[in-house]
Amino acid sequence: MREYPETDEVDFAIVGTGAGGGTLAALLAEQGFSVVAFDAGGYFRPLEDFASDETEQNNLYWTDKRVVDGANPIQMGGKNSGKSVGGSTVHYAMVSLRFRPEWFTSRSSLGYGADWPISWQEMWHYYGVAEREINVSGPLTYPWGPKRPRYPYRAHELNTAARLLAKGCEAIGIGWTETPLATLSAPHSGPEGKSPPCVYRGFCRFGCSTNAKRSALTVWIPRALRAGAEIRDLAMVGRIETGPDGRATGVHFHRENAWHFQRARNVVVAGYAIETPRLLLNSASDRFPDGLANSSGLVGKNLMTQSNQAVWGRMDQEVRWYKAPPSLAITEHWNYDDNKDFFGGYCWMGQGPLPNEWASIQTGSRGLWGHALREAMLDYNHMIGVKMVGEMLPDETNRVTLADDLDQYGLRVAKITYRWGENDKALIAHALQQMGRSIEAIGARDMFRQENDTNHLGGTARMGNDRRLSVVDGDCRSWDIRNLWVCDGSVFPTVGGVNPALTIQTIAIRTADRIKHLAAAGEL
Amino acid sequence: MSDRSRYPGYDVLAKRETPSWDEPTRRAIDKRLHVSTAARFLTAAEWAGADALCRRILPQDEEGETVPLAALLDAKLFADHGDGFREADMPYMREAWRAGLAALEAEAKARYDGHSFAAISIDDQDSLIAMMQKGLLSAAHWPGLDAQRFFERRVLVDVPALYYGHPKAWSEIGFGGPASPRGYVRLEGDRRDPWEAAEAVSGQEEAARRLNQHVV
Repeated sequence: MREYPETDEVDFAIVGTGAGGGTLAALLAEQGFSVVAFDAGGYFRPLEDFASDETEQNNLYWTDKRVVDGANPIQMGGKNSGKSVGGSTVHYAMVSLRFRPEWFTSRSSLGYGADWPISWQEMWHYYGVAEREINVSGPLTYPWGPKRPRYPYRAHELNTAARLLAKGCEAIGIGWTETPLATLSAPHSGPEGKSPPCVYRGFCRFGCSTNAKRSALTVWIPRALRAGAEIRDLAMVGRIETGPDGRATGVHFHRENAWHFQRARNVVVAGYAIETPRLLLNSASDRFPDGLANSSGLVGKNLMTQSNQAVWGRMDQEVRWYKAPPSLAITEHWNYDDNKDFFGGYCWMGQGPLPNEWASIQTGSRGLWGHALREAMLDYNHMIGVKMVGEMLPDETNRVTLADDLDQYGLRVAKITYRWGENDKALIAHALQQMGRSIEAIGARDMFRQENDTNHLGGTARMGNDRRLSVVDGDCRSWDIRNLWVCDGSVFPTVGGVNPALTIQTIAIRTADRIKHLAAAGEL
Repeated sequence: MSDRSRYPGYDVLAKRETPSWDEPTRRAIDKRLHVSTAARFLTAAEWAGADALCRRILPQDEEGETVPLAALLDAKLFADHGDGFREADMPYMREAWRAGLAALEAEAKARYDGHSFAAISIDDQDSLIAMMQKGLLSAAHWPGLDAQRFFERRVLVDVPALYYGHPKAWSEIGFGGPASPRGYVRLEGDRRDPWEAAEAVSGQEEAARRLNQHVV
């Protein structure tokens, strides 16, 4: 790996190596820029480091201190954080979905949220690029939305949980399909190396020790290294420095028990919807007393999560949902139906929680303990569940601010305030009813609802066309500080009713293209 | 807890040397199986209270191996391996456990003639736990920590994960356990790979037991 001295002014210092930062590191390095990408976590080697074990793999999550509050505090952890090279793509469930086209103009077309500064047609082009680059496996024809190219790799075989989801959808008269997944269904060889196909071991919400998962760690980081980027792991960026002219000059980072400073011509923040605004706010200076890139006052605001409720039930037959990726089948029916009395949409997918997660659902949703908990857990191999990914609406009072607590680096931690709105609650109620109908129709018994769960994040550094109403422009470039960029899920004006990882990578691919054009035009 | 095992004779550890386990997995599980039984975070009094509480959250009355929950809890707190965040009106994990165990102890002593939580009957322990879960304990013995929130956010989050993260529990519920590099082949319903647990059908437990002797 090429290494840059701190005294070198590199073209790009990128903070975070996940779906946004990892993608951008590879593509900018391949354009010939000098790149140093920082991650607060370690650089794991999948075959040598990833145990097949839920408890052990807690080391992939961001478990530094944070404070959550509000009427519906967000539970932080595995579903919405990552702290290792590759970010949360290391443990994401690989679900790779396109947004519904109308969501990019949700304000003007659908009447809620905010419009994106990028057209759906342009996103459709870049989605295709992203799906090819990460070798998504998916169905021959996708049932919803405008025509899209065939997925590069064939869909995976369905496990029983997925077959039962399909049966449930058919029973209530809605469509379903194989979920587009970023895990290989056939061997692959590319610029990043060789990978074997998925072996259906089922630890997909953790690190993939097969190397079939297409994460930033396995796709983008090797490409970044090959193109001469440096990946600086175990390096926590605590502050972005700005010069007398108000431009970013580099980043202060903590590594090996000391603070260092890396000079850079451009700084990209890609720490996701909590750490990105935290870093911008923690970088406040005399010139920027409210934090960097914050003349709109919107840094940290409009935090969105996604509703992640589920309905569970017991089947007479064995299901053994621990085998294969957990979300092999999906219905997006309610993302494309506008005859609902609330805004936004949702999808749902089949499930395969491993024992610890399953126990946490039994305790969290049913309050079970003692003999009742052990009895209920015996039905593990007969359980099925369907779980939504639902759109929550942006709301300025849902936000990230700085708490007084300090973390291990002496930095103020993020305070995360969240409350579900009336629309969010109506959407959840609708989804719980529909999901319940679908599994009841196929004979699920002893059904119960998991009503309190949320997952992915977005917002807090919204992109837009108006500098008064957004933090960055459509190129992910700060309105206030032109050599400061934000490239991760923070830039989402709305969060949609599908998993965000593909859209984050798509935005990053587009941003890399835009930087190429801006550089060529001398506008960087 | 019913006496009849759902997966008679199945031991997930029998796969330790098969292609279902790799070296990083063996390292991680070995560490768990050899957890220190000497307290490193909890005081002796806290350990006694935690041990009694864990025994009610996951009772292990049956014969045979038991999962050392108090030792695993102490190891988790010693390593400070938690979820990291706290709710605004709660302390972080370590402080929450110290405060919660102290409060539970004070609650038991006030209600049961000065007896420790560990010393009262299991029925009394269960009734105290149920009151904690239902929010029926007054704030008097819980300075700075809500009893119900402690139960929901710490006890029911941390303790079950110690039990169901242990191979003994995997064998009990018929979970395949670690599966790398081999993975699985048969994904259809009611079919199992030869390296998966066989479930006992009523009246044919012996057939399942025979199959489970060969789960490797």
